[in-house]
Order: sequence, then C-alpha cells, then structure tokens
Amino acid sequence: MHPAFSVIFLTTLIGAAQGLFLALFTAQSYAAFKLLPEPDAHAFYGQGSLLAVLLLAAGLVASFFHLGHPERAWRAAAMWRTSWLSREVIVLPAFMGVVFLYGLAHWLDWHPLLMTLPGGLPVDPSAILGVAGTVLAFALFLCTAMIYACLKFLSEWHSPLTVINYVLLGGASGFSLAAAFAAVTAPELVSFLAAWAAIITLLGMVSRIASLYRNARLKPKSTLQTAIGIKHPKIVQKTQGFMGGSFNTREFFHGQPVAVLRGVKWFFIIAVFPLPLLLLLSGMQGGAGVLATAFVVQYAGLLAERWFFFAQANHPQNLYYQSIA
Amino acid sequence: MTQLALVIDLNVCVGCQACVTSCKEWNTSGSAGPMVDQNPYGADPTGTFFNRVQTFEVGEFPNTETVHFPKSCLHCEDPPCVPVCPTGASYKRKEDGIVLVNYDKCIGCKYCSWACPYGARELDEQQQVMKKCTLCVDRIYDMTMAADDRKPSCVKACPTSARLFGDIHDPESVVSVAIRESGGYPLMPEWGTHPANHYLPRRKTRIKIHEDELERADNPLKVDRQLPRPATSEPTLDDVTTW
Repeated sequence: MHPAFSVIFLTTLIGAAQGLFLALFTAQSYAAFKLLPEPDAHAFYGQGSLLAVLLLAAGLVASFFHLGHPERAWRAAAMWRTSWLSREVIVLPAFMGVVFLYGLAHWLDWHPLLMTLPGGLPVDPSAILGVAGTVLAFALFLCTAMIYACLKFLSEWHSPLTVINYVLLGGASGFSLAAAFAAVTAPELVSFLAAWAAIITLLGMVSRIASLYRNARLKPKSTLQTAIGIKHPKIVQKTQGFMGGSFNTREFFHGQPVAVLRGVKWFFIIAVFPLPLLLLLSGMQGGAGVLATAFVVQYAGLLAERWFFFAQANHPQNLYYQSIA
Repeated sequence: MTQLALVIDLNVCVGCQACVTSCKEWNTSGSAGPMVDQNPYGADPTGTFFNRVQTFEVGEFPNTETVHFPKSCLHCEDPPCVPVCPTGASYKRKEDGIVLVNYDKCIGCKYCSWACPYGARELDEQQQVMKKCTLCVDRIYDMTMAADDRKPSCVKACPTSARLFGDIHDPESVVSVAIRESGGYPLMPEWGTHPANHYLPRRKTRIKIHEDELERADNPLKVDRQLPRPATSEPTLDDVTTW
C-alpha cells in the first residue's frame, strides 16, 4: 500500500494521546490507593490532559488531509453498525471530550464527593471521567486497529497482532511522553511512569517483532491463477490496459526499492524499542531532557513503523497491475 | 430477487478495447460523469475508467496463448466494499444487486478501494469521489431507448459478443445458461465475495478419433490376418464369392 502521511500522523498522534491519558489516570488511580504521592493536580492532570487534547486535535486535523471531501466528514458517523472507520469517527471526538472534561475537573479542583467505595475510597467526577476515558481510549485503539485488521485479504494486517501493536505502541509512546511531562510537572511520579513506559515498550517490542516474523512468512492466498481464473503455472501480464498511471497504480504501491523498505524497518526497530528503553532507564531519576529525547526518538521511530506498516501490506489488486506495454 | 451481471467470454474477446472507450464515452457524459482525464496529451496521462482490458500471456514460448481480460466492478453478491464505507455512500441495490456510489455522500476516504480485492474502484482525482462501474444503471432502465439498447454500453460495443448481460438469479437468462453450460467461473473465489460477474474460459473444440474409426476393425481382410492387402492382380472378394 502507499503510505499516506495523513494517516501516519493520525494514528501515531492519537496513539500517543491515548497512552498519555492512560498514564495520567493510572497515576491518579495509584495515588487514590495511596500507592503514589499525590502530584500537583493543576499542573500534572490539568495540563497533561490539555496536552492529550492537543495531540488528539492534531491527529484529527491530519486525518482531514486524507479526505477528498473534508467538508462532508460529518457524514462518516453514519455507518457505525458495519464500519470500523465510522466507529473511530464517533469514538475519537467522544474521547477528546472526556479527556477535556477530565482535565477541566482537575483544573477547577472540582472534587465533590459522589460516593464512597467500600474501603473508604472517595469517588469524585474525575474518577468517573477517568474510567470513561480509559474505556474510550481502549475502544479507540480497537477501532483504529480494526480498520486495518478487518480487511481479510490484506493478510499482513488481518491478525490480532495488529490490534495488540496499536495498543502497545500507542501506550508506550504515551507513557514515555507522560514520564517526560512528569519530569517537569510532577517529579515524584517520574520513576513510576518511566518504568511503565519501559515495560510497555518491551511488550510492544515482543508483539511487533512477532508480527514482523508472521508477515515475513505469509503465503499470498491470491495468485495470478485465481485473479484471472486460468489454470497454468506460467502466466505473465503483458499489459495492464493503459500506459499512464491510474489510481490503482498510485494507491496500492509504495514505489520504493527494497533497500528503503529494509532501512526503514531497521530504523524503527531500533528507534522505537532499544533506544528509548535505554533513555527511559537512564532518565528514571528525573532527567527531563533525557526523557523528552526518549519520547521524541520513539515518536520518530513510530512514524517509520507506521510507514512500514502500510508499505509492507501487499494488496491482491496489485496482481492486475504489473506491466505496462 | 434479481442480480444483474456481466458474463465475459475470454474465448472470444480479442482485446480491441471497444468496451473501454464505449464505457468511457457513455459514462463521462452520463449521470455518473464526467470521468476526468488529467494531463491527457502530456507525458504522464491519467484518468478515471470503469473498465479496463488487460492482456496476459499464458504458457511458455512456443506454447503460449494470449488472453485478453476485461476487468470492471464484479458487483459482488457479498461486496466487501459496502460495509466498510463510513458514510453509506457505497451501497448495493436490493432490487437488482448493482453496487453503486452516491457521489454526493462520498467523502473520498478511499477505504472502499482498500476493501476491494479486485481493484475495481478508482478515485476521480478531480471530483475526489470514488467511482466504479454502474452497469450503466442510467441506461438499462431508460424507457426512451429501444429495448435492444437497454444494455450496458460495453455490451453494446463489443464486436465479438464477448460480453453478455442479464440476471444471474434467473436460471433461464442468457447469462445463467452461459455460466452453467460453458463453464463460467468467478474471480478470486478464495475471498468469499461471490462476484456476480462471471468469466467464460478459453474453450477448444476437439474430436477424439480412435484408430478403429479410421480403419475398420472388422475389415474381413484383417480378420484372417491376410495382410498386407492383396495386390490388385489378386482376385477380389467379388470374384471369389457368390454373395
């Protein structure tokens, strides 16, 4: 497939935002159980949520560049019964709204006691919004990944690993960002968040390498024989029927030599996993610069990872577009 | 239920591209149009087409065969492009099974083209909406036309009658008979899309002649093994028998 930068930025930006929100609420949950010190709610939860909303908005803006008719984008909420893309279009703004309200509740110190859980745990609006946001964050990961994973003839994508990778890679970059953000706003949480970022990065490495391993061994189901229905081991296309380009020759081919593909693959394998891991571990004690570098390197790596994710998918329609004559 | 479809006979298609140009001509001026061409006289022309004719070579020299292969939307009975559309612009008509795009609802997200294994959908670069074969839906129901003209324009254009049009759910239609009796098959059956369009394979007419059909097995001259044939100077059967 031809990797579109609009979609690369959309998926990586909202992934980082979802991970960041999950990191914020994880810290709040730990603090509620007195497992972590209470950070400065204004700075950490309030501004952290603002940062997440900004990332989500940037992702949303990027997604509009993918559309031929952005002014009709509102229509995309219509077919949520059948289309994962439609579901994403609904869940993304809902998640944005909840993150915004969550940040607002912290920013305005709006903590009326709604109820008390057994064990004496107080529940305030930010806790309810946090749970709702967590559900929506995972729903959004699911929607985004299923857009690709549900296409059964793109066998590189049609796997549960696609969903797992979107969750773990988004989570890893979000927790890295949260660690770097905490180094400035809540230093007492840095080691906790950096440790989680490292753990999720490690898990992401396992699942992404598992999907690379799987994809390298795929055997295409469709062949020229099934594409034109002729039983013969030797079939070659002499002409695709036209000499110029067409949508089919632009949208489904990445157009890069194998060396570029391989280079991008090794770049992302190093930039998404071991490099940020080292930086996260060395920044554990609160080095804001090191942690910020960890996030930037990992995010750059994720851009390459997403590019490779699209480029590696081999669409069966390409069988029909092999030769110009 | 009705499922309109094309049946394309690869045995008679000569790859003349008449269906391609006729399709473009009708649809660029029809309700689906215009089908925009960009840079048509430049170095890298590109444009929207509903129908393409491709050419494949089967076999290895000298035992090769050239197969011309027209390709358009197959109007799948279980179209994978329809459920993925986020706006409902892509839909399959209940009354005749034609898969269509509502150009006023399409947002140009290209997701349906990703979901079609056949590459049957093309984004119009100027209008930025997804386009595809409509089976000339603005033609086949046009009662101002003569009954004979109410067919897709590619079918009307084909000089070798390689393209048949009809309802594949009606067992007596010309397309159903062709599929049933001439070995019609769908493309990429492995994806379970159940394409409505079918293709008829290359067919060769051969007669199997056994040796005993060329030379009488019960030739009395052979029965008593008096071969080779007696010379012409020998008496014939008529000379020696009374019948």
